[in-house]
Amino acid sequence: MSLLKLFKKKGDLQGRGILVFENTSEVIRGERVLQDAGWKIRVMGPPPEIRTGCDLIIEFPLMEELNILRSLQGAGIEPLQVVPVNSPLLQPVDIFQTKDFGQHLMVRAANMKLTVDKTTHTVVNISGGGCPDVPYLAQEMVGKLLDEAPSPREIGHTLCGYALQLAYEEMTRRC
Amino acid sequence: MLAVVGTVPEPDFPLITGKVVLVDGDVCIEGERAPINRGTPALLAAAVKVCEALGQPAPMGCLVGDTGLGKGSRRLYKYLTQEVGRWDVKAMAFHYLQPDVDWHNRVLFAVQDMAEPPLLIADAGFMYAAKMSGLSCDYALFTPDVGELAFLADEEAPHPFYTRGFILHEDMKVPGLIERAYAHQNAAACLLVKGQPDYVAGRDGIHAAIDMPVAEAMEAIGGTGDTVTGIVAALVASGMDVREAAVLAARVNRLAGYAARPTPATQVMDIVAHIPAALSQVLADIPLSAGGRHG
Repeated sequence: MSLLKLFKKKGDLQGRGILVFENTSEVIRGERVLQDAGWKIRVMGPPPEIRTGCDLIIEFPLMEELNILRSLQGAGIEPLQVVPVNSPLLQPVDIFQTKDFGQHLMVRAANMKLTVDKTTHTVVNISGGGCPDVPYLAQEMVGKLLDEAPSPREIGHTLCGYALQLAYEEMTRRC
Repeated sequence: MLAVVGTVPEPDFPLITGKVVLVDGDVCIEGERAPINRGTPALLAAAVKVCEALGQPAPMGCLVGDTGLGKGSRRLYKYLTQEVGRWDVKAMAFHYLQPDVDWHNRVLFAVQDMAEPPLLIADAGFMYAAKMSGLSCDYALFTPDVGELAFLADEEAPHPFYTRGFILHEDMKVPGLIERAYAHQNAAACLLVKGQPDYVAGRDGIHAAIDMPVAEAMEAIGGTGDTVTGIVAALVASGMDVREAAVLAARVNRLAGYAARPTPATQVMDIVAHIPAALSQVLADIPLSAGGRHG
């Protein structure tokens, strides 16, 4: 391995930090702002010492801390804490399960299920989940066309909302 | 009496406690109404139907508006820590609430300080917080679906969103997940696992598997897990043994769903209407004659 590669690998392991926000909807907004600005970031689970129960954090290259904070401040988003990464972070679920009911298709991501009419692309049901934005998301999305319904990213606030966003994106890919 | 603690997906819904009645398809508490589409109102509607059928007092609801930011849930948690000591209830079901371990623990300790602590049932967000707190064993019943069971079985996951893939892939092997959840002290005394089949289990293993009748579309319908939790909570509050109540509730929910001739587009209020007839049928069939097998 060349010295450059060795240095780069070490930097990958040691040069990451996490941004901690007040709630998951702030994380979702921050993710969009930073991705749109071209930063290489990942949405992950927090380390045990700062978990409260329904958390996401943004992992980012620590050397870019000031630039990244500037991008967030420009969008009116203020993280509660910036912390170096010392231990492995939890990986969000990335497994999708689908069930074809004939006229309807259901996509499940983690604990959230989204069901759509395959012909009309109408969202007919949302089930699963346990955070309080799930009934709200269902209320706002069921009965609407997939491309006209508000996305969970826009109106969700919790990890269940984020899981539904993943199911929504997978459904959009399939429909 | 049963007390149900949960949320309504309206930001301005007040924090309110009182007897729950059904009015024109809504749950109604102290003049405040919420539609029975899913979530805690669906759980309450099912519980009201069971209490009516059994001649039991109507359930008490303790609700607040919360659309996911958690502010309503935290107001409700604070209220509970101050007020729950004055309640006289046989069972309490906690439902769609923002998972918050610190508040979970304060509420649990307040409940345990009651003169006669009720049997505790947790579903949805409050079950997530109960598992993360490490105090699952203090609960009489959890009612997870199969995905949530995988979360209970994963000793490292703080939320179903982080359930590790090797465990999620096991989700068709429910008995193994149940065993793993108990091995890590992450299950209540009784589990009612909602799936195909539904399982009723305890630390000593699987007590029953309920697999009939089958309405495959039920899995897609939001609120069908909430109704089964409402049914079992009402049965437990009536004095029925928790395991027996769980088996009956699974059968009643299946029968009610089947009677509604559901499609994946059916809404849960169409199923709630069939609960009284389904309950009559199941109670008439005791001891189990079909659809359930004891393990």
